[in-house]
Amino acid sequence: MSGPVVDDPIAVKPIAGPGEIMEVSMGPHHPSTHGVFRMDVRLDGERVVRLKPVFGYLHRNHEKIAEHGAYLASIPYTDRLDYLCSMTNNWGYVLAVEKLAGIAVPERAEYIRVIVGELTRFQNHAGLIGFLLQDMGASGTPLMYAFREREKILDLFEALSGARMMCNYMRFGGVRVDCSAEWLDEVRQLVGRLPRFLDEFESLLRANEILMARTQGVGVLPRELAISAGVTGPLLRASGVNYDIRKVDKYGIYDRFDFRVPLGDHGDVYDRYMVRLLELREMLKILEQALRDIPEGPVMDPKTRLRGLRPKAGEAYGRIESPKGELGFFLISDGTGNPYRYRVRPPSMINLTILEDMCLGQNIADVVIILGSVDIVLGEVDR
Amino acid sequence: MLGEGIIQGLVETARNFFGSYVEKDRLTTVQYPEERHTLPEASRNFPFLLYDGTDPEAGLRCVACQICEKECPPRCIHIEKSKDKKPDFVGKQQAYPVVFDIDVAVCMSCQICVEVCPFDAIRMDKEFELSTSNRFGGLLWTKKELAKPNEYYRKIHPVEAAETDERREQELAAAQAKAAAAEAARAAQTSASATPGEASGNGASAPPAKTVVPQ
Ligand code: SF4
Ligand code: SF4
Repeated sequence: MSGPVVDDPIAVKPIAGPGEIMEVSMGPHHPSTHGVFRMDVRLDGERVVRLKPVFGYLHRNHEKIAEHGAYLASIPYTDRLDYLCSMTNNWGYVLAVEKLAGIAVPERAEYIRVIVGELTRFQNHAGLIGFLLQDMGASGTPLMYAFREREKILDLFEALSGARMMCNYMRFGGVRVDCSAEWLDEVRQLVGRLPRFLDEFESLLRANEILMARTQGVGVLPRELAISAGVTGPLLRASGVNYDIRKVDKYGIYDRFDFRVPLGDHGDVYDRYMVRLLELREMLKILEQALRDIPEGPVMDPKTRLRGLRPKAGEAYGRIESPKGELGFFLISDGTGNPYRYRVRPPSMINLTILEDMCLGQNIADVVIILGSVDIVLGEVDR
Repeated sequence: MLGEGIIQGLVETARNFFGSYVEKDRLTTVQYPEERHTLPEASRNFPFLLYDGTDPEAGLRCVACQICEKECPPRCIHIEKSKDKKPDFVGKQQAYPVVFDIDVAVCMSCQICVEVCPFDAIRMDKEFELSTSNRFGGLLWTKKELAKPNEYYRKIHPVEAAETDERREQELAAAQAKAAAAEAARAAQTSASATPGEASGNGASAPPAKTVVPQ
C-alpha cells in the first residue's frame, strides 16, 4: 500500500474521503497477460485510476539482428515476431523486400499465400476468442474447442512447410515449396468442416447472459480515439471504422475476392468478440474462392536470387492486414547485401498504447478481459 | 427468456462431450509417449550431414564450402576446412570439413542451411526428442553425431530423397561421359601424336567436368 507517488509524471489526484490509492503490479508473470508483460495499476478500491503498460521483457533485438543479416536470413526471424501467425509475418516481410527489389510473384504463389494467410488468421482469431473467454472464467472449454481446430490447421502447415508454428515458408519471389493436390484437398475438406465448428463456437457463448453482462459497455474505445491513436485491425473495426488493409491496399490478389468487413458499433469488449467471430466466417468465404480458383504453375520466380540479394539503394514499406492489425515492414537498402535500416510496425504494440484509456474507471477484473480483447502477442510487442 | 443463452451453451458442451466418443473429428488428442502421430514428410527439426556408402568419413558429401555457415541466421554452424583433399562422388578432388559442429541449443530449425547447400550435403531430420542431461557436450553435435547415411534420408524423406538421388545420378553420368570423352581424346592424341597445335587444343578440355558450382 502506498499513497500517491509524488515523482510520477502523470500525477494521480488525491482522492476525497477515507481510503488510499493502491498500486498493484500485474505481471510480468500474470496469467492474464499471456506472456511477460506488466501493468502498473493504481486502484481506488476496485476502480482503476491509472494504468501503465510496461513491456520489453521479451526484447530480442530483432531489428538490429536483421540489419546485420542477409535479406534471406531475416525470414525465419519474422516467424518469431507474432509467434502464433508466422505465415502472415513472413508475408509482410517478403512483400516489403519484393517492393524494394522489384520482384514479381507468380500467380499460384499468390493464391497459396492467401490460403495460408487466411488459415493463419482463422487459427489466430479462434485461439484469441478461446483465450478471451478463458479470461472471463469460461475456463478451458471454449479454449480447448478452439485449439482442437487450430491443431488441424497447424497439421496442414506442418505438411506444407515442415513446421507447425515457425513455418519459414514464404520467400521473396514466391513460396518455398509448392503444395500438392492432396494438400489442397485436405484444406478443402477442412474448410468444409469449419462452418459447423463456427456454428457451435458461436452458440456456445454468444447469447450467454453472463457473458453479455460482463462485456457489454466494458472497455469502450471511442472511434475518434481509435483513429488518432493509430489503432488497426479488429480492435479498430469494432469501434466502427471501416479500415481493412486487404480492402484498402488490395495487396497480393485480395482485389479478386468477394468478402465483407464486419464492423462494430460500440467499441466495447463484446463488439470485439463479435467482430472476430464474424470475421471467421468471411475468411471461410475467401478460402473457398481461393481454393476454387487456384491455378497451376510455378510458385517461385526463377530469376530471384534468394541468397545474396542486393536490392538497389532505396526504401520500401510493405504492409499487410495481419490478424492483429496493420503489420508493416520498412526497409532501407544502401545497395549492400543487408538492409541499412529495418523497422517493424507491430500492430499489437500500437494497439496496446490505448490500454489505459480503455481501462480508466473500470474494475480491476475488467482490465483482464480488456487486455484479452486487444489481442497482443509479446513476441511482437517487444521484438 | 433469461437463461436461454446459457442453456444453449450447455447443449453445445454436451454435444461435444458425447460426440467425442463417436467422432474422430471431436477427439483429436493422442496419449503421447505410447501413441504417436506419424509426422508428415516435410516435417523438419534438426539438420544432419549426409554420407554415401558405409564410411561416414570417406562418403561425407560436405565439401566445407562454408556457405551454410555464412547463411545460417543464428550462426550456429562451425566448420573448419581441411588442407588436403579427397575425391567426391564424381571423382573430383574436394576439401572436406575437419570440424563440423552445430549447436543444438542455438539452431532454430529454419532449414536455411539445407536450402543454400549446393552439394546436397545437409538435410533436415525429423527426430525431435533431443533433450539431454548434459548441457555442454550433449548440445554441441559434431561431425560424428551429425553424419547419417543416405539410406536414412531415403527412409525419412522418400520423395525428396528420390529426387536428389536422380539428380545426382545424372550428374555422375554426365561427369563419367565427359571423363570418358576426355580419355578417348587423350588416347587418340597419344596414338596420333602428330601436330602440337591440335594437342594443346585437346588439352584444354581434359580436366574433369565441373558439375556443381560452389559460388
Ligand atoms: S553448404 Fe553444404 S557443402 Fe557447404 S559446408 Fe555447408 S553442408 Fe558442407
Ligand atoms: S536449420 Fe537454420 S539455424 Fe539450424 S543450422 Fe540450419 S540454418 Fe542454422
